Amino acid sequence: MSSLEPGIPTTTLPVTTRVRGMLRRERLGVDPGLLATLVILFVGLTILSPYFLTSTNLLNIGKAVAIVGVVAVGETIVIISGGFDLSVGSVMAAAGMLSAWLLGAGVPLPLAFASSIALGIGIGLVNGAVISYGRINPLITTLATLAIVRGIGYVLSGGREVVITDEGWLELGTGTFLGIPYLILLLVSAFAVFGWAMPRTSFGRYAYAIGSNARASRLAGVAVSRWRLAFYVTCGGLAAVAGLMFVARTGNAQPSAALGYELDVITAVILGGTSLAGGRGTLAGTLVALLVIGIINNGLTLVGVPSYWQQVVKGAILLAAVLYDELRRHGRDEA
Amino acid sequence: MAPLLQLEGVSRTFGNVVALRDVDMHIGAAEAVGLIGDNGAGKSTLVKILSGVHPPTAGTIRLDGEPVSFGSPLDARRSGIEMIYQDLALCDDLDVTANVFLGREPKRRLVGPLRVLDRERMRDETLRMLAELGLSIGPDRVVGALSGGERQMVAVARALQFQPRLLLMDEPTAALSAEKIRVLMGLVEGLKQRGVAILLISHRFTDILHVCDRIVVVRQGSVVGELQPHAQPPEHTMALMAELMTGDRVVSA
Repeated sequence: MSSLEPGIPTTTLPVTTRVRGMLRRERLGVDPGLLATLVILFVGLTILSPYFLTSTNLLNIGKAVAIVGVVAVGETIVIISGGFDLSVGSVMAAAGMLSAWLLGAGVPLPLAFASSIALGIGIGLVNGAVISYGRINPLITTLATLAIVRGIGYVLSGGREVVITDEGWLELGTGTFLGIPYLILLLVSAFAVFGWAMPRTSFGRYAYAIGSNARASRLAGVAVSRWRLAFYVTCGGLAAVAGLMFVARTGNAQPSAALGYELDVITAVILGGTSLAGGRGTLAGTLVALLVIGIINNGLTLVGVPSYWQQVVKGAILLAAVLYDELRRHGRDEA
Repeated sequence: MAPLLQLEGVSRTFGNVVALRDVDMHIGAAEAVGLIGDNGAGKSTLVKILSGVHPPTAGTIRLDGEPVSFGSPLDARRSGIEMIYQDLALCDDLDVTANVFLGREPKRRLVGPLRVLDRERMRDETLRMLAELGLSIGPDRVVGALSGGERQMVAVARALQFQPRLLLMDEPTAALSAEKIRVLMGLVEGLKQRGVAILLISHRFTDILHVCDRIVVVRQGSVVGELQPHAQPPEHTMALMAELMTGDRVVSA
């Protein structure tokens, strides 16, 4: 990163200009304000609570955001492409229920997991097909699948929760590799794979293009409907993985699991700077937003704020993020 | 020798509405043809047929004398017909390079079947194309932050990147200042010299009078006349065009 501006020797630029250049949102992919918030929270809580800056606590924060984070990867991609997916929480629950039910029927764990992920992909296919070929608004479509899939979760279980006894599945929630919990490794992998792919592959390029101007993309020869399908499938598949992680962490599969998770996921995505209008956003932004939310929740607990307040704070963060997104867009239009 | 593009008896109806009726016209290689008509005269329908958006309901399109049918804009593009839309059809959130290559990004193999965008090549070729057009627009600039004229040039660069034989331009002067129109017109001259045929669609005939070799006038879905703009003094040409467009005799002062 010695020469950021091609053709302009950086040594001739004043240091402040160089720093500002490095902090530009376009280069970093993260809003500098959000990054500053993360740093302030981190430093502040380190001072406020002696327990904050311990490896146990930091790993707890990581585990707490891991599940939302894996879904947020898919949701970020869908929202960048101009879509929206409200069904993710329901997909999580249904995926967990399906694997639990299959295990009960004697199916081996890998096959049960594969079936759950296939279910998530299938729901993504339905979402994507209705939205791109049926031309139905994504909010309405995924609100409908949210209800349908949640219902299927109840049907599969007869409304009962299933306590998981399978060692392998529970190990996913508690086990570590080189000291790092599997849950965090999954989170990091999801961000690494898609964070790499978004700027480098057609998949990523077309998510931005379609979200920016679907008509222009179609006229340029991009198979818009097929790609939209791919984005919803990705989101559905990742939601299913998160559902399996959720069960691994709680130790039981419930049809009511991950209720309202879509709110957490969308809060992280929007706070991370992904535009609700599509075409703009980065996974790096979503990751920083996840950490901000995770640290706020952790901090509220550490300093002894009743957990009911976390719900209020969560909603307030979403509102602030949406307002900020609107202001930012306004500023850009006038520039 | 057959002309580059020939339309024979091309018609298009939308339900009960006849948008184009029995249109015959041709465009020669490296020829600049103006297509003039009032709003609703059928210009847009004709352009959409040529660019593969709508198929004609009747008639034949010939390219180099061979009948062709375009099922999609991609088919038209493969035949060497490129379209610049009035709204330019650019992705404002993407940079210049991404817009120039949208829909046909070159890729390189990474490992096994995994192929990734060849970003370096795209950037280099965009730089080259912009330089060739004499434009000083950075390839990494986000298109939404460019001026109207610059956006137009990005759309032109994008069309040329496909090495078209025929370039359709829908109301290219609509969003441009008088000075930018002169730049655009210079560009059209340059394209002709490269052997690219151009069909300029406009309802403001003053803009395209000077660069067209031939002007085709449409009214109520039919071709009502053709003019050689250089065969008579410009005022005379304008009066004739206005007459053909409206169907009324115009008394010139």
